[in-house]
Amino acid sequence: MPTEAVPLVDRKVVKYHIIAGFVFFYVSLFAGLLYALQLSRIYPFPGVELLSPGRIRMLHTNGVAYGFLFNLFIAAMHWIIPRLTGKPMLSKAITWFVFWAWQGIVGATAFGLLTGRAQAIEWGETPVWIDPVVVVGAACLIVNSATPILRVAKRKLYVTLWYFSAMMVWLPLTYIMGNFVPQYFVPGAGGAAVTGLFIHDLVGLTVTPLGWGMMYYFVPVILKRPIWSHTLSLVGFWGLAFFYPLNGVHHFFWSPIPMYAQYGAVMSTIAVEIVVFTVVVNFFMTIRGKTDMLRTNIALRWFYTGAVYYFITCFQCAFHTTLTLQKLIHFSDWVPGHAHLVMLGVFGFWLLGMVEYLWPRLVGNTMYSKKLSSAAYWLATGGTFVMFLDLLVAGVAQGYLWMNLAQWEKSLILSAPFWHLRTLAGSAIICGILLYGYNMWMTAKNPGTRPVEEGSESVPDQKTEGAPSAARSGSN
Amino acid sequence: MEKLPTILLVAGVGCFGLAGVLSGYLPLAHLNRIPMKTVEQIVTEPSYEFIDLSKRYPEQFKKYYGEPTVENFRKALKLGRDTYIGEACWHCHSQYVRPVSNEDIRFGKVSYAEEYQNEMFLPHLFGTRRVGPDLIRESGRHGNDWHVAHFYDSTIVVPSSVMPRYTWFYDGEQPNEKGIAIIAYVQWLGSWATPEAIARQEREEAKNGAGK
Repeated sequence: MPTEAVPLVDRKVVKYHIIAGFVFFYVSLFAGLLYALQLSRIYPFPGVELLSPGRIRMLHTNGVAYGFLFNLFIAAMHWIIPRLTGKPMLSKAITWFVFWAWQGIVGATAFGLLTGRAQAIEWGETPVWIDPVVVVGAACLIVNSATPILRVAKRKLYVTLWYFSAMMVWLPLTYIMGNFVPQYFVPGAGGAAVTGLFIHDLVGLTVTPLGWGMMYYFVPVILKRPIWSHTLSLVGFWGLAFFYPLNGVHHFFWSPIPMYAQYGAVMSTIAVEIVVFTVVVNFFMTIRGKTDMLRTNIALRWFYTGAVYYFITCFQCAFHTTLTLQKLIHFSDWVPGHAHLVMLGVFGFWLLGMVEYLWPRLVGNTMYSKKLSSAAYWLATGGTFVMFLDLLVAGVAQGYLWMNLAQWEKSLILSAPFWHLRTLAGSAIICGILLYGYNMWMTAKNPGTRPVEEGSESVPDQKTEGAPSAARSGSN
Repeated sequence: MEKLPTILLVAGVGCFGLAGVLSGYLPLAHLNRIPMKTVEQIVTEPSYEFIDLSKRYPEQFKKYYGEPTVENFRKALKLGRDTYIGEACWHCHSQYVRPVSNEDIRFGKVSYAEEYQNEMFLPHLFGTRRVGPDLIRESGRHGNDWHVAHFYDSTIVVPSSVMPRYTWFYDGEQPNEKGIAIIAYVQWLGSWATPEAIARQEREEAKNGAGK
């Protein structure tokens, strides 16, 4: 057991990662808005090299992935892993090194992208000279957070830790494969197969395990009841591990990648949806009989809205990765619509829910205003869904125009109203997140004025030995 | 199944490795039977468009490239490709023609694996979104003048265009090193698969076949 001198959870680093994540979140959101304005043909900085819309687009996607999502996921790891294992992270020095290294990496990436030094790997546009630094940073993070898990390795682990520890193997493999193999060794269609794997593994084997891992921790803690079915948890985890990495090629259907790989990607993508279904069912059975908490607990509301969006986006995936539908929607706005629902609507929402729960516990105040929390939720939820539907419809319309050999400009004229609506929906999301940030600011302003009632923060779980006793020590 | 070694080895390494073999290594090994070529092997003479640029903008061309030799053409292609990557052109333009959705009618010959097995597609630039049209059959589709106007302000030639302005490709209104490079690169894309090039290859094959 940790002594009093070494607290189990380094609350300060959790807080700092959350703050840094939000800084990059705002940068990315406004970058997205700028890019949307270009498509609406009212770009405020035409002909300015450093603010060229193409570069801004890469800032948007990379800022969201590495600045926002990863910072908040690292915060989640620092909060959850010590609580589930009863052991602190390996070293405070490494903890803070990772924090500053990560901000440096994201900052350098933003600088590299805006000065036109991108790498031609989608979701890995990080300039080539930063890639090795990312690997070092990730290695430190993994060593630091794997140590407490290794110390309890003889026990059966709680489901959150299955996801987290598998992620610690997948993240470096994925990153090294995606950023080095197509860059230096494999050209053309073979390289495309590898980048397809990278794009998909980054979402499926890094972001998804982190997201589900934290959901398996926070949902039972807030609901004060165990996850409904341990068996379904197992099915979900092993299904993800087996089928998810096989999907990579579905990003380049009808390309010169050999067709057998494309057929395989169709089948395994459909298989993933079955797995997804088990996980979603598990979570909805867990909340049965307590759904009134969705009205009162806003963190829970973000979590379950994200779960609904998760189901929608994965269900959609099973259809649009068929070779038939690919003829129509590939290359169209359907794809950004899908991507926004996944990255923001699912993982972004889960992390916003986590911050809604953690922030009061970190600054020692209950949230400043429940009304603001709720307004932020509705603006982001509505904005995301409108954007999703809007881009979906735009995508189908564009696909038919292209297929029917209309002049290319016709597809631009047709898209204009859709793109205007997308700009508006995006603005609603930004307003929501601004309210969210303001609420956080006001909560932190006068510490200790509205103390949080410390309830039990252990995971109520009767089905996995080890987890309850380990989690009990989490009330530091 | 809830133990750490199982998770790390079977789920972590095992599943990742299996997928890597099935959907990464297999297609890759398959495609590697096509020999990978260097820029020197695939670019053996300066393109018509590159020479044309040297005549239209003689001062600028002389300043940045000198003569329209094959070495300078390769240099321009590489810089053009770097610019294409840095400006994220590949996020709004794809570089492969699919065998479906009438794409061969709109763009030209359907993409085939051999044409990507060279240094100029390391990493590949297939792209995932088409705000603008595909570019892998762009060679010769528009004249150099069109491109010069289009990169400067695309709405001059395509009124409904949403493409950004790339004014830093120009000294005043004349294309500079980057401007010449990106035009040379885009005009090179698919120069090996234009209807004329295909007809020429077929003639040569027929001749070789008759000679045997």
